[in-house]
Amino acid sequence: MVHWTAEEKQLISSIWSKVNVEECGAEALARLLIVYPWTQRFFASFGNLSSPTAICGNPKVRAHGKKVLTSFGEAIKNLDNIKATYTKLSELHCEKLHVDPENFRLLGDIVIIVLASHFTRDFTPACQFAWQKLVSVVAHALARKYH
Amino acid sequence: MVLSANDKTNVKGIFAKIGGQADDYGTETLERMFATYPQTKTYFPHFDMSRGSGQIKAHGKKVAGALIEAVNHIDDIAGALSKLSDLHAQKLRVDPVNFKLLGQCFLVVVAIHNAAALTPEVHASLDKFLCAVGNVLTAKYR
Repeated sequence: MVHWTAEEKQLISSIWSKVNVEECGAEALARLLIVYPWTQRFFASFGNLSSPTAICGNPKVRAHGKKVLTSFGEAIKNLDNIKATYTKLSELHCEKLHVDPENFRLLGDIVIIVLASHFTRDFTPACQFAWQKLVSVVAHALARKYH
Repeated sequence: MVLSANDKTNVKGIFAKIGGQADDYGTETLERMFATYPQTKTYFPHFDMSRGSGQIKAHGKKVAGALIEAVNHIDDIAGALSKLSDLHAQKLRVDPVNFKLLGQCFLVVVAIHNAAALTPEVHASLDKFLCAVGNVLTAKYR
């Protein structure tokens, strides 16, 4: 079980309470697809991903980005049991979606950069540490049921 | 992985925006790297790690200088950083995984101070550039 200090929990929630999940989620997924174009392999059904402009404006990308970041919210509500929170999603990503867990790490790094650009100086080094820990724990939980 | 003409333009553009603050960016990058990835401190056991440390400032300046050198010779990063590459291979031997961590922190610093300029396209180009620098510095490891 992951141990969170009171400070880490506070840093995570205080940022999360101000996050526009729809906007940040859309931006994070779009940046993933743009910065690491090979990740587009999982989204052949999303339509036009032919350019950064197309990707940013793609409604399926926006909707899916919102879905993904909303699920982060579940982890934040259950910091003391992230593993359980992601059991079903882990099985899904392995058995149906066939996503290499490395992609969870890539997305986590992108989420950090998106938060940094939105919160600027409020995204202190201590904040970055807590959020880096969170995205790592989420990535690990999503990979846990792989077989 | 190859830097396109667009990538080079994007990288030069963002570094032009950073301008004289590059040294500060270097320092903040290191501070964030040490804070976010504590294992990176193992390469600096002799450093004063407290906030405002003169050693971190000096080293941040060195790192920034090397990145600027790479930008100024973006068509031949391997040539520009050849001596630094030798140093990392023979003396420093920093595990390759750490260059990604440094790169991530540099991107965070740019995002914090230049959010508007770090468009997805520029983000992609800068990430590629930082990867290229890391690759050059570890190219002679074995």
